[in-house]
Amino acid sequence: MYKYDHYDRKIVNQRVDQYEDQLNRYFNKELTDEEFRPLRLQNGLYIQRHAPMLRVAIPYGLLSSNQLRTLADIADEFDRGYGHFSTRQNIQYNWPKLEDTPKILRKLADAEMHAIQTSGNCIRNITTDPYAGVTPDEIVDTRYIAEILRQWSTFHPEFALLPRKFKISISGSKYDRALVKTHDIGLELVKEQENLFVNVFVGGGLGRTPVIGQLLKENLPIEHLLSYCESIIRIYNLYGRRDNMYKARIKILVKALGVESFKKQVEDDWNDGKNSSNHLNDKEINRVKQFFTSPNYETVESIDLEGQFRDDHNFLHWIKRNTREHIKNGYRSVTISLKGKKQTAPGDIQASEMRVVADLADQYSFGEIRSTHEQNLVLADVKEKDLYDVYSVLCENNLGEANIGLITDIICCPGGDFCSLANAKSIPIAKNIDNLFDNYDFLFDIGTISLNISGCMNACGHHHVGNIGILGVDKDGSEWYQITLGGQQGVNASLGKVIGPSFSADEVPAVVKEILNVYVAQRDSEEELFIDCYNRIGLDPFKEAIYKN
Amino acid sequence: MDTQLIKNKELVPNDWFWVVPDNSNEEVKKQAGKVVQFKLTGEDFPSDGTLHNVILPEAEKVIVPLRLYLLKTDEIKKKYKEYGIWIYSHDELDLFNHLKEDINSFPVVGVYVEKFADGRIYSLGNLIRRKLSYKNDLRALGDVFKDQLFYLARSGFDSFLIKEGYDAKKALLGLEDFSYSYQGTLNQMPLWSER
Repeated sequence: MYKYDHYDRKIVNQRVDQYEDQLNRYFNKELTDEEFRPLRLQNGLYIQRHAPMLRVAIPYGLLSSNQLRTLADIADEFDRGYGHFSTRQNIQYNWPKLEDTPKILRKLADAEMHAIQTSGNCIRNITTDPYAGVTPDEIVDTRYIAEILRQWSTFHPEFALLPRKFKISISGSKYDRALVKTHDIGLELVKEQENLFVNVFVGGGLGRTPVIGQLLKENLPIEHLLSYCESIIRIYNLYGRRDNMYKARIKILVKALGVESFKKQVEDDWNDGKNSSNHLNDKEINRVKQFFTSPNYETVESIDLEGQFRDDHNFLHWIKRNTREHIKNGYRSVTISLKGKKQTAPGDIQASEMRVVADLADQYSFGEIRSTHEQNLVLADVKEKDLYDVYSVLCENNLGEANIGLITDIICCPGGDFCSLANAKSIPIAKNIDNLFDNYDFLFDIGTISLNISGCMNACGHHHVGNIGILGVDKDGSEWYQITLGGQQGVNASLGKVIGPSFSADEVPAVVKEILNVYVAQRDSEEELFIDCYNRIGLDPFKEAIYKN
Repeated sequence: MDTQLIKNKELVPNDWFWVVPDNSNEEVKKQAGKVVQFKLTGEDFPSDGTLHNVILPEAEKVIVPLRLYLLKTDEIKKKYKEYGIWIYSHDELDLFNHLKEDINSFPVVGVYVEKFADGRIYSLGNLIRRKLSYKNDLRALGDVFKDQLFYLARSGFDSFLIKEGYDAKKALLGLEDFSYSYQGTLNQMPLWSER
């Protein structure tokens, strides 16, 4: 993974100095609340319901074991002994003290980490496929391009105060696990005779106006990636709405102008500055690329796990759900579920559990961990012969839940329990749905399905692209939940359709159950996934079954 | 030195009179329904009426709004020894096309930012340098204080009129916030060229 040199270290340390000075000036009343707000947000610091919330960047979801231990130490020393992995592959702490934040940032800087641009109206953490570099369907490894984008977007002088937040995601596989079509800019890497090109999507996003991104530029040569993104964001910076924060994302501008007219403005600017100083060259691409070469894989034989562990159904369930194919024979990638019955909330993890995962990474997976936008963790390179040992340690530490891609692998925002934006709570909803499934057979019978919950229309829980989406809404001061069906991520990304009037919190589990009953009754075979069944039969059968009672 | 002006990385006396039209009586129209710029609904802000009513001050050197300059060019040319122009952050770059003279005949061009959180000023800096090839003093005006200076300098600005009530001496240090920057700008190569 990427290692800091003295330049990176200096930049991150100077950022801590700068932030400390801003905080002191705020305490000395040299900066008003209004002035300090964008400054603290650019460092991931929110003022929440109970305490400040600090969001720490995990660039493109990649962590070393030592970094994860640092995150555990911070959780113990400055928080309540746990952290929460977000849908932007970052981690957040819900209980730090404002005056402690510079100390936390120093500790992070020592471990080559930071909280830069994890919030605020600027370019946020670049996200990508958590299985980059190890997935068999990969065309291009995205990690080094993501690192190049991280550096370019860090303190970009023009884009610190955009009309609204700006999210970039990058995918290099046949199956898009990075949600490129629901990002402000989505980048799809393609390769032609060893030359890299980028398909640039723009104006996608969830939030209160969900939009699927549109293709703006096809086959852009990689050397123009940064200058092209600059032109897109420059046009947005100048013309995006600033009078209404709910209409301020780039998707609104693209929609209002039409993609062709938007493209013309972007290209006029870009053609003029095509050979900007940020024109990438092979030297820089290769310099960053060498940090992401394959680890020293051993030559090992593949193992017949099904045969060997015939009697251990739980382990085989876990293998089926929580591990996936690897480019290297005899290896698999392990996804550690943070959605177990023992987790307080989806994505939450105790400091002690972080240390267990860090140790496992050291022992079995080249000391690296990845975080996923589904709020789980990944050990990307585990030998098949070690899987049982890894599984056993995970089970001993409440991390052995075998539910990846199943209905209890819920994506969920912190919701009304923590977030001051939320209309409704989301964690208890997730818990109540989770409690419906104490029987693994039913869970496995339903198979691959996604259920996403957001506590408000800002859609941090990605409810629009959940096969089942649940959105907390406020009606006359009480909490209600609107349900959508048919959302989907990936290359066929689509947005869910609202099923009808919303439900109270108590009703939600029964409604989910009913939806699943309809699916089980209507599917043409056990192989037909929920989403395929939905696409075949449509919304009506679900609607009828739910509202008849 | 009692000055709020930073230029070429030092505090310098400010002998420019900055002319700001009083638009407090004008209603700020917001965008609605269609894409127009913030504070622009297709109508100019401040209005021509407001600009007409501006009384040109007694001074040697002034910086006046570009639209005021376009309205009262002859009067301004006659009255002042030196004059510069400034635009609002919601102005279109096309506004400069109405100038009969070369933009480089102005010793100073300013961009005014009403609210610190308005980041359009940075992109305007880039465009004024790159598209209009402006070579002289590019000045940030308005809600300007320490925390913008590093970015503004990298976006093409070389002077900064620090907001009244804010410590200009401290603000000066903002220009030194970082020793290195990753990305290149119009006059600086990206960090990778050093690596």
